[in-house]
Amino acid sequence: MHFSRKNLGIPYAVFLTVFVIAPLLVLLFYAFTNGQGQFTMQNLTGFFTDPNALGTLFYSLLIAAVTTLVCLLLAYPVAYILGTSRLKSRSVIIMLFVMPMWINFSLRITALKEVLTLIEGNLARYPFTNAVIGITYDFLPFMILPIYTTLEKLDGALREAAMDLGADPVRTFLQVTLPLSVPGIISGVSMVFLPAMTNYVVLDMLYNSTYIMGSLIGSYFSAYNWHGGSMIALILLVIICLFTLLTSEDGEENPRGGALL
Amino acid sequence: MSTTENIIELRHITKIFDDDGFTAVDDFNLEVKRGEFVTFLGPSGCGKTTTLRMIAGFDVPTSGEILLNGESIVGLPPYKRPINTVFQRYALFPHMNIYNNIAFGLRQKKTPEEEIRRKVRKVLALVDLEGFEERSVSTLSGGQQQRIAIARALVNEPEILLLDEPLGALDLKMRKEMQIELKAMHDKLGITFIYVTHDQEEALTMSDKIVVMNEGKTQQIGTPEDIYNEPATAFVADFIGESNIFSGIMTGKLKARFCGGEFACVDDYPEGTHITAVVRPEDVEIVPAGTGTIDGVVDTVIFKGMHYEIAVLSGKNEMVIQTVHSAKPGDRVGMRVDPENIHIMKAEDHTNTFYADINSAHRIEYNGHTLDTSLTRIIKGSRRLENGNILDANGEVIDPARMRILVSIQPEDIEMTDDQDAGLIQGTISNLIYLGDHYSYIIHTELEQDFVVYDEDLWNMDDRVSLLMPVEKMSFALRKK
Repeated sequence: MHFSRKNLGIPYAVFLTVFVIAPLLVLLFYAFTNGQGQFTMQNLTGFFTDPNALGTLFYSLLIAAVTTLVCLLLAYPVAYILGTSRLKSRSVIIMLFVMPMWINFSLRITALKEVLTLIEGNLARYPFTNAVIGITYDFLPFMILPIYTTLEKLDGALREAAMDLGADPVRTFLQVTLPLSVPGIISGVSMVFLPAMTNYVVLDMLYNSTYIMGSLIGSYFSAYNWHGGSMIALILLVIICLFTLLTSEDGEENPRGGALL
Repeated sequence: MSTTENIIELRHITKIFDDDGFTAVDDFNLEVKRGEFVTFLGPSGCGKTTTLRMIAGFDVPTSGEILLNGESIVGLPPYKRPINTVFQRYALFPHMNIYNNIAFGLRQKKTPEEEIRRKVRKVLALVDLEGFEERSVSTLSGGQQQRIAIARALVNEPEILLLDEPLGALDLKMRKEMQIELKAMHDKLGITFIYVTHDQEEALTMSDKIVVMNEGKTQQIGTPEDIYNEPATAFVADFIGESNIFSGIMTGKLKARFCGGEFACVDDYPEGTHITAVVRPEDVEIVPAGTGTIDGVVDTVIFKGMHYEIAVLSGKNEMVIQTVHSAKPGDRVGMRVDPENIHIMKAEDHTNTFYADINSAHRIEYNGHTLDTSLTRIIKGSRRLENGNILDANGEVIDPARMRILVSIQPEDIEMTDDQDAGLIQGTISNLIYLGDHYSYIIHTELEQDFVVYDEDLWNMDDRVSLLMPVEKMSFALRKK
């Protein structure tokens, strides 16, 4: 039998069909049916007329936005220093930021919980702050790595050219380095913002009362309301798609895209 | 020379990199006159780019002074220097169109937008790219990007324009065109150009003054004609144009022995001086065997279009000759050189060098002896493959038929012995000088080479000796045959 390179893709195609496409179809089916298996728009209109559900959506957006901003502010300076210096030890430092990801997730969050309890006394006192800290802690490496990769690939001669043409270090950063690292920022933001809206496991483990989209879906499913939960998941999916579409259009205009993902 | 005539002066500039202690530039001195076209020429790693970067302000000298119009600028950051750079790979800002790229420098100086527009249009006309304002960088060819990079630097009307191998990424034809255009631009604008290249032809074509550099040191500063006709060191002779370079010795008034013969020359050095002789391939005349200064056997003949390049072996020495007359490999010919065309300089150091061959077993062979070492040990970065081939550091197969080994050894590391079979090669002592605490001997070998040997003991003239050369004292370099 003739073997072509295309055949190498078969295992992934099977995986894609079974674990991505099929569940999506199931999700779609459940979202637009009721308990009797009949087509209905009830789930969709239900979501947008339920003030609690809408409130959760906006609150999730707020948590995600704040978390993403905090991640960006923490990650950019680190990525900048590592990406633009000629430090010999930079791979070690990068490793230090990535290493927490190798430690078991629940152990990590439990440790964070203990530390926060030690500092704050009662975790229930600052639910919003704790939610932001927890999610930031979990996702920070995903913000650092793409920005670092972009800055590291950035030709150092561009910064020198800016200085050579009379731009001081601040202007060089604002007019050259920052605009050229936008692909990395977008990549980092999309890896933090979207998961931050749904990652309620972190909050659960922090005994956090904050209710986000993930929690909402979880509560529907634990009440065996597959139809309502599926619709919310679908709505999130649409939001994610719109977001990605918007940002990737921006990224393509930039010929130096080269972020991690 | 008054300081005001010099736009820039570099005084005793030394640069040692902190991270590895590498001395990139060592006591560099230079004066550049206003409006001059100066070229730093040398092989990669010779310190030419580092020197340029220190003038631009990207690197700070470890010691020394850089004077611009008589005032030190060592402490001045790059954005405060009236100097602009054309970078090796252009370094155009990919997120800006051509107009904004060129306007970048003027905007930093808060130039009114109306004036910027006028200047950008003018400079685009200068580099022959009118109407390119709205184009994006990625739509431009290499040559066009190069012109934009030049325009972006020139629009700021710098006092000095630095060019770091600006034509390196272009193909040959484009490079030739740009050479002429750059030269024309320089003549038209009257701006001082400092140009860095490793291409000797480019340097000779464009420059008013060439600074030849090697291993961080200035080898020679002079006009292209000076550098070509009167190279100051063997390195310069080797780097500029093609040369036959021999080590030899003065044997009398205006007489030098090298390449196995005694030649009349016009450079006067005391008898017994160890010398380096340079003969350009176009200056060697082929005459019937026995009628020239030396005889040899034609080894290879290559047709080069305008001339033939003929390699003649005389003993172990090889003379490369460019001539319009062909010859046949195996022919026995005579060679003569006009005394004016032999350039003699005092040997800078007395390092003995000789060529050894690589045999089919990848061992190193000299005068019938196999050296007790291996190729992979002496050639940095080389490795042996399973099929027996040896790769050099660049991953290319070392072909014993095309490569040979240049061996260097210091005079104090060679020992003389009476035991004729003990050494690598035998010869007779043809000269000796007492140098205070040791004697310097010249040994003329049976392969018509001269070795310099230092020894504390007194030997006699015309003694026949054998030379012991320990392998661990030798250094090796791979050379094309």
